[in-house]
Amino acid sequence: MNNYTPVIGLEVHVELKTKSKMFCSCSSDYFGKKPNTHTCPVCLGLPGALPVPNKKAIQWCIMIGLSLNCNIPLLSKFDRKNYFYPDLPKGYQISQYDMPFCINGKIELSNGKKIGIRRVHMEEDTGKLIHETIEGEKVSLIDFNRSGVPLVEIVTEPDFESTEDVKEYLQKLQQIVRYLKVSDANMEKGDMRLEPNISLRSNNTNTTNTNNKPISNKELPKYKVEVKNINSFKFVEKAINFEIERQSEILKNGQTPKQETRGFVEKSGSTVSQRSKEEASDYRYFPEPDIPPLRWTKNYIEGLKLEMPELPDKKLKRFKSEYGLSEYDSIILSREKNLAEYFESAVNDGKNQGVSPKQIANHIINKKTDIDSYLPSELVRSIIKSSKKVDVDEKKLDEIINKVLSENKKAVLDYKKGKKTAIMYLLGQVMREFSEKIDAQKVKILITNKVNSYEQN
Amino acid sequence: MLSKLNIKQAKEGLRKKEFSSVELTRACLDRIKQTDEKLNVFVTLTEKEAIEQAKKADSDLALQGETLEAKLLLGIPIAIKDNFSTLGIRTTASAKVLDDYIPPFDSTVVKKLKEAGAVILGKTNMDAWAHGSSTEASDYGSTRNPWNIKHLPGGSSGGSAASIAANQCIGAIGSETAGSIRQPASWCGVVGLKPTYGRVSRFGVVAMGSSFDSPGSITKTVYDSALILEVLAGNDEMDATTTPKVVPSYTQALTYKKSDFIIGVSDEYFIDGIDPEVEEKVKEAIVKLEKMGAKLKKIKLFDPKYAIDVYTIIQRSEVSSNLARYDGIRYGNDRSFFADEAKRRIMFGTHALSSGYYDQYYNKASKVRSVIIEDFKKAFEKVDVIIAPTSPSLALPVGATKDQAMFGELSDVLVEPSSIAGLSGINLPVGLSDSSLPIGMQIIGPQFAEEKVLQIAYLYEQGTQTEEWRKREPEL
Repeated sequence: MNNYTPVIGLEVHVELKTKSKMFCSCSSDYFGKKPNTHTCPVCLGLPGALPVPNKKAIQWCIMIGLSLNCNIPLLSKFDRKNYFYPDLPKGYQISQYDMPFCINGKIELSNGKKIGIRRVHMEEDTGKLIHETIEGEKVSLIDFNRSGVPLVEIVTEPDFESTEDVKEYLQKLQQIVRYLKVSDANMEKGDMRLEPNISLRSNNTNTTNTNNKPISNKELPKYKVEVKNINSFKFVEKAINFEIERQSEILKNGQTPKQETRGFVEKSGSTVSQRSKEEASDYRYFPEPDIPPLRWTKNYIEGLKLEMPELPDKKLKRFKSEYGLSEYDSIILSREKNLAEYFESAVNDGKNQGVSPKQIANHIINKKTDIDSYLPSELVRSIIKSSKKVDVDEKKLDEIINKVLSENKKAVLDYKKGKKTAIMYLLGQVMREFSEKIDAQKVKILITNKVNSYEQN
Repeated sequence: MLSKLNIKQAKEGLRKKEFSSVELTRACLDRIKQTDEKLNVFVTLTEKEAIEQAKKADSDLALQGETLEAKLLLGIPIAIKDNFSTLGIRTTASAKVLDDYIPPFDSTVVKKLKEAGAVILGKTNMDAWAHGSSTEASDYGSTRNPWNIKHLPGGSSGGSAASIAANQCIGAIGSETAGSIRQPASWCGVVGLKPTYGRVSRFGVVAMGSSFDSPGSITKTVYDSALILEVLAGNDEMDATTTPKVVPSYTQALTYKKSDFIIGVSDEYFIDGIDPEVEEKVKEAIVKLEKMGAKLKKIKLFDPKYAIDVYTIIQRSEVSSNLARYDGIRYGNDRSFFADEAKRRIMFGTHALSSGYYDQYYNKASKVRSVIIEDFKKAFEKVDVIIAPTSPSLALPVGATKDQAMFGELSDVLVEPSSIAGLSGINLPVGLSDSSLPIGMQIIGPQFAEEKVLQIAYLYEQGTQTEEWRKREPEL
């Protein structure tokens, strides 16, 4: 196993939550709806129906690309991907082939590793097949409610070498699309679908290929295994680990794993062969004649950038530098856009009331504030209330300290022997004598001074 | 016979209450009943619906005033090619695969016709899926040419062209991918207007070659074509390839007395093997236009034969994809119902798009298509329009397409280049052969130059109104 380094790339499909579908005005909110109620001639692929692209979906696709630091070519087009499947009403899927909306991006992981984004493109979802037994007869039913719902496909370079990196990338991607508010990225609902491709590269640089030339470490393996049907981050990990195991066994025996598409089986956590390279479809891509090529201006793209919210990575850095928060606090507070916004709103509110960002962060994180029940201003008020100090009569305080010290000689002795924590015990005893909240820091100093002065005496 | 009227005359008669729309519609239906056994024009006749629509039109006509002004085709019986989706009315594209397909929506063209008050008589025959130039490829039998029923009407809009020539209707709708309006109009001796690609919405038209398909009209006069285009043209939010360009008043344009056009004539369009009578009549027509004030200019265009390859590859590639939806899961009839021509085109197109062949075929054809577009652009820097024969031959006899897989492409050689370039064009009848078969001339204009094309066609039509052949009509 250690003789091989995994070479992993990812294809992720994200379903957008636009109001209408990609090429018609049907509602794209299909989940749990009565079958075939969100359909029209266009998404049913009836004769003569034509696709008209959804501008919002394209904008969102480009925003995802911009978030992943992609270049946005000023000329793009849609293509037809021809294949037969009963859930595909037109006999082709409208997708993008050689001129996707976004290309050549990258994303940085927390360990500093950069993952290349090859492309981000737009396509349409298919209908859904349901296999059932009705009155004893096995039937296949088709629900076209999902047909034509906008899908964005994000394809990485084969830059991953570990499942940890894959998982972090997926979390980041999920976080980004949620920040952009373009998809709920809900795995259970199929908003996000994952297809890793995995192969193994030999670490032994002395290995020679058939031409007796040393294989460069950077050279890609001669085969690639794609795994489909994965709907959770956990299963991606399982599938990849299973493949690494399976492929290294084959390689150890001096063979090369087959280039193929495999399906993930949830029950066993394994993968099974679906189709090999020889059976791979020829999609006969050609430019979609029903949709003219799309052209953007630089100004348009710049305008889209301005519409985009601050993204998680940038926010995290800013929370650290602007508010002096720890890495840990910043990660938690920037994880979800709503929480980050709540935090900053509270910071703004607390600014003139002497409540520091750090106090607010502590309160939100440690007290697990329910941000849906309290307004940020209410949070600030409660922080102020709970930290309000009462000025105590100095004389009364001195009396009480003296009383406590005389009643707890053992603790005083312990302290003198070097047990510094004894001070805390004494502090607790003093505080107990007061019903109101008093400045513990101040009391602690007074006790320490007094105990130390005993020593001098 | 009321059904002999053109749209302009019929509108006038309706307005003056010389007859009602119901009477006019009945006259058309009677003529259809009288002649259609010989001609086989209608795949579906919608008699009941037509009478209802005519009654509605008559009550609208009674209102006179603004309604009449706004509804440009109020009460006018129109025949529609069977590849235009009609709500609740069977739409087969003359293909058995769609034998009992009833669309739940109207194509934009039909919707606009209905909004303009037109009465829809029924759906006309065509080559199945619009694959052909004869109607012999129809799964419902070929239509016959009204001038001689032993001859073909051309195609694919052969049903609509024959219907106009036989005076079964007042106006008709066709569609052209490459020649499917102009060529049958030529063979049947009627006016056929192919608008610029993107000028008239394709929404709801059973797709053939999606990057070429142009819905248009087949009519008795140039004025009628201008009027129908006025109704149909315009941006459609359901068709992303339509243009937001303003729609001019095409009928208004006809009233400008303009005759100083520069007409381009290219020797490449008088090809080897052209019927001598066709060549003679078209050349005479060009001379007549010169006498009316037009200037002639010899131009050199790309040999139209190159267009055949380009068109064949791109169109069949698109066809192979467009017909994929008829997969046997929906529409009742499975793929065994496809006739030979559709199967040939699916196989051809599938091959041309296959990996390893795409560059050699589709890609190369696309590049040559750009060259042809450029060639026309350059030509139109020097001339207003180009005039050429529409078809190199007269209407061919029934059976001519048998075992001729490339029949359509060869017969359409003179109309394919302008279709590839998405240009505007019109067929005008210019006379009859000794055998009493019609001869047509085409006027090709730049993109969105329909006004100019119609003006020149109108100039010619008005200037030759008294010619003897115009008095003749098909004997049925």
